[in-house]
Amino acid sequence: MAHAHSHDHSHGHDDGHVVPEATFLKILIALLVLTVITVLAAKVDMGKWNIVGAMVIASIKASLVILVFMHGKYENRILWTYILIPFILLAILIGGVFTDDPFRSHPKPVEVQKLKAT
Amino acid sequence: MSSHAAAAHEVAPGDPPHIHHMDSATAYGAAKLGMWLFLATEILLFAVMFCSFAIMRYYHLDAFHKASHNLNLYAGAFNTAVLLFSSYTAAVAVTKAQRGDNRGVVVNFGISILCGFIFLLVKGYEYSEKAHHGMFPFVWNESFGDYKNFLGIYYCMTGLHALHVIIGMVVMYIYGVRPALKNRYSGRYYTPVELSALYWHLVDLIWIYLFPLLYLVG
Repeated sequence: MAHAHSHDHSHGHDDGHVVPEATFLKILIALLVLTVITVLAAKVDMGKWNIVGAMVIASIKASLVILVFMHGKYENRILWTYILIPFILLAILIGGVFTDDPFRSHPKPVEVQKLKAT
Repeated sequence: MSSHAAAAHEVAPGDPPHIHHMDSATAYGAAKLGMWLFLATEILLFAVMFCSFAIMRYYHLDAFHKASHNLNLYAGAFNTAVLLFSSYTAAVAVTKAQRGDNRGVVVNFGISILCGFIFLLVKGYEYSEKAHHGMFPFVWNESFGDYKNFLGIYYCMTGLHALHVIIGMVVMYIYGVRPALKNRYSGRYYTPVELSALYWHLVDLIWIYLFPLLYLVG
């Protein structure tokens, strides 16, 4: 019986998952609400924390898009390696730049301009 | 006789295409893996720009704040909503294809493509607003003033993103709308619909980060 069943689906066990439209609608509403929250949060001056907050909310939104809209929730481990690798590389890139540059002794271009002005 | 032989090679509507040495499940899995690999290169393309944005922002924080507040926040927020909605309809199109509803694919991808046009119109309006003040992309001049660093990267990032919007619209038409009009897709075969939707979601994904970085926190 199980054998016959596997022949009914030409995609076999790797068949794509069918996500109901209602689930997508819930995610869309969540994404729009999060967008409103980002805009409102940006009106409050929190200094350095503004960009941190904005990036956290953006990452929550991105996760919702990848997990549900892009069917990430239903993908296997090999595909997840492909999904995660660019983000890991991006973290290394930005992490590498910002652990190197701020600790160098050269002044920022803005400071150079100020020095020239005086 | 030859027409009969040609007909034997034709794929019936709803059936997967004949791929040698591969059953359709393997072909589906391989296609999806390949698409994600391509999306990874796209993310890395933008990663370099995000990194240069971060460096420029670190060096010119005040100028970035000022320049960012000069962008049209309403246009940006409206475009965010438009892209999120178009991403939703693209996701729905995949579900419709999986259920064999070709009309649903045409309608939903059609809405996504329409949203792409609206996005580009609003973006064009924003560019024209800037151009009105003499700030043309790629044409360096005095009117950029303090904003030259911000606007340089703003034009690069939004320009590259807009190019992806255009490509996404073409992809959704060629691999989604056009075959669906011929009832090409079914629960047994919908790979191109899913892959073009993935591309469109990537366009949305990039904008999710671009909007707060450019318009809100600067």
